[in-house]
Amino acid sequence: MNIDFLDGNEMVALGAFEAGCNFFAGYPITPASAILQQMIDDLPKHGGTAIQAEDEIASIGFCIGAAMTGKKVLTATSGPGLSLYSENIGMAIMGETPMVIVDVQRHGPATGSATKDGASDIQFARWSTSGGYPIIALVPTCVEECYTMAIQAFNYAEQFRTPVFLLSSKEIAMTRERVDWSKIKKPEIVNRTYHKPEDGKYIPYRFVNSEDIPPFAAYGGEELTRYTTSTHDENANLLADPAKIQRMMDHLNKKIDADKVSLVVKDFEEGAETLVVSYGVTSRTAREAIKMARANNVKVSSLVIHSVWPVPEKEIKNALKGMKKVVVPEMNAGQYIYEVQRLIDNNAQLIGVNTMDTKLINPEKIYQAIVG
Amino acid sequence: MSTTAAPASTFLFEDKKFPFCPGCGHTVSANALNKALVTLQIDPKQTVIVTDIGCVGLTDHYFNINAFHGLHGRSITYATGIKLANPELNVIVLMGDGGLGIGGGHFLNAARRNIGITVLVFNNFNYGMTGGQHSTTTPMHGITSTTPEGNDENPVDICALVGAVNGSFAARTTVYDKDLTDIMIAAIQHKGFAAVDIWEPCTAYFSKKNDMNKDGILGMMSSLGYGKGILLNKSREELTEKIKKHTAEQMAIVIPKQKEQKHFQHNLKKKTSLVIAGSAGERVISSSFLLAYSGIISGLFVTQKDDFPITVMTGYSVSEIIFSDEEILYTEIDKPDYMFILSMNGYERVKNRINANTIIITDESLNMNELLKEKVDAKNIINVPIVKEARAIDKNYAVMIGLSAFLHHSKLYSHDAFVEAINTKNKPAFIEKSLQAIEVGAQMIKNLVNS
Repeated sequence: MNIDFLDGNEMVALGAFEAGCNFFAGYPITPASAILQQMIDDLPKHGGTAIQAEDEIASIGFCIGAAMTGKKVLTATSGPGLSLYSENIGMAIMGETPMVIVDVQRHGPATGSATKDGASDIQFARWSTSGGYPIIALVPTCVEECYTMAIQAFNYAEQFRTPVFLLSSKEIAMTRERVDWSKIKKPEIVNRTYHKPEDGKYIPYRFVNSEDIPPFAAYGGEELTRYTTSTHDENANLLADPAKIQRMMDHLNKKIDADKVSLVVKDFEEGAETLVVSYGVTSRTAREAIKMARANNVKVSSLVIHSVWPVPEKEIKNALKGMKKVVVPEMNAGQYIYEVQRLIDNNAQLIGVNTMDTKLINPEKIYQAIVG
Repeated sequence: MSTTAAPASTFLFEDKKFPFCPGCGHTVSANALNKALVTLQIDPKQTVIVTDIGCVGLTDHYFNINAFHGLHGRSITYATGIKLANPELNVIVLMGDGGLGIGGGHFLNAARRNIGITVLVFNNFNYGMTGGQHSTTTPMHGITSTTPEGNDENPVDICALVGAVNGSFAARTTVYDKDLTDIMIAAIQHKGFAAVDIWEPCTAYFSKKNDMNKDGILGMMSSLGYGKGILLNKSREELTEKIKKHTAEQMAIVIPKQKEQKHFQHNLKKKTSLVIAGSAGERVISSSFLLAYSGIISGLFVTQKDDFPITVMTGYSVSEIIFSDEEILYTEIDKPDYMFILSMNGYERVKNRINANTIIITDESLNMNELLKEKVDAKNIINVPIVKEARAIDKNYAVMIGLSAFLHHSKLYSHDAFVEAINTKNKPAFIEKSLQAIEVGAQMIKNLVNS
């Protein structure tokens, strides 16, 4: 038997090691500090480098620099730190930087309740920077998923050359749970596509079709390469031609495709006319409520969303078919409910179950929304 | 430094000319950098020029060398990341006095940690790209668009900043000085953080408004009493060299294979929750972990979460554990089945959750029967002399006694599982007393049953 008793932060670190993470920079912040600590303690044992930066701006700056030397980089923070990451997240998108950002959400806004739970950053992660270009965000519901999704986050970062968020939260990050390694399905490791000498001269931001991902060349390799935060042509030179700018921006918009990044867990019940759409730790409470409902012969379906961004619209639309009631529980004032709302094409009743009291949503509340 | 056969005569693109205003100091500094790189015969593949925002940020485009063009004032952070990730690279930052101001924290910290990057500050005393506003190096009384009556603030002394954090290399020069290239060469060759403060005219703004030509700039330097040339040059171990050693040591550590964990049976009939309420310093959390872990090796699903104030050495310390034979979905304990109360600090934190069915295990000295007489039937309050018995072992083991009492009262699983958890997961120095403590706790419950 291969059983452990670990918390979400520990599992994020183990997932990162498994994914081949070899660079970490971070700044202490509750409830993410344990990831920094474990990286400082253990990343060198894996041959990597971990460093505590002077602030969050430097943390993500170090990571972006390291990523462009070919490292698989991770940083970890919480809401207030994410605020300081904002500008560099924009640059990471613009420069097409593979990196994983763990946001261990806590109760916000601002300093909020540092050691208490809340799904504060669901929309913040999506719109954290100027421009509004797509990002990828994965939300684990339990400790084991912190491991698998950390690996998946690295895979997407590598595949799409983009920052990927892992939106954990205090409750998952700092609660220990049973981990049964024999049941964990580890994603296969994906690495970025490097430029090959036989492909000719290296052009750092070259793509043919909008959705193509430019091959990568690291600083210190055989090719000279350039990185830029500015609107650029394929050689990373400043662009002034509107048509060329449009083409580059279309590329950033289209390269992240919801059809390629769509992770959901479906639990559909035949004949159900009520659907619960949930994510994160609240999905567990929702499952508890769904169990209660089914035990009382109330038919109800569930859609748990693991990839909240880009919105898995096809999966949500499919789940919404024939529904008369849709329940969206969230530990915030209602952030993702609007993503569901815009996909409802009938007159189904939409109910948000929202708490911001730092406690998990009581299953009874969700149950009442299902049966009420 | 070069590996190429034919010596490079320039690293500038032959078909591009620097875009700076006529007479701008940036052109002089950028050409001096090219000369320095040619003199050193650097390998462009092993070199990265890092820039940020400001006129100086245009410079990297003109070099046929790896380049990184980043956000305003953050170039030092990218350069640090690049150097940490690949210490073999020559990493050269070109930034302006604007970037130095907004990124001043990064400058200080890079100098302090002695990361081996070269920082060339193209210092023209104002923001040339955005309309000639004042910067952190604008001299007192300097006229800029945002100090039309003259600057009221003192300028920063860039080289002194390096010295203030015990940095290893700082130099100051101007675009009028013949040693500009030589100083750049010395900075690039320096093993460690090296900063060069290069004074330049901004012909579009600052020079015009302040009569800052060559004489003006040189005169300002002497009137401020600033030194020129290499002002600081110390030999200090560079950061990545230290990291390399540390990594090699860490990689050499052989992690002993974990002993095969013994597993046990459980007797759990229904999901059981336990809240442990004590004070800081009583080892509430580490002891609770051992109990929770013993549930895990008894085949149970267990969750444990902790609650303590940010001032960790004082106040309450609470741990919450749920034991179940199926996956635990909801990890709050709204109605605890058991509560182990060891201190009033802890009690105050958790008392609102005590209900009529909660079994309270507590130290007899806390007088819980009186406190809880409205809420809990006296038969549900188990008063045991935990603190007194702990003193016979060591007061730090009171929590272990109480947790053992819980286990023997609830009979969720075997005492042996708790012993195994202690033997495999506790710090070696704590094992013996922990084992003594859980025997004491077990005996307390036996005595209760017998009486």
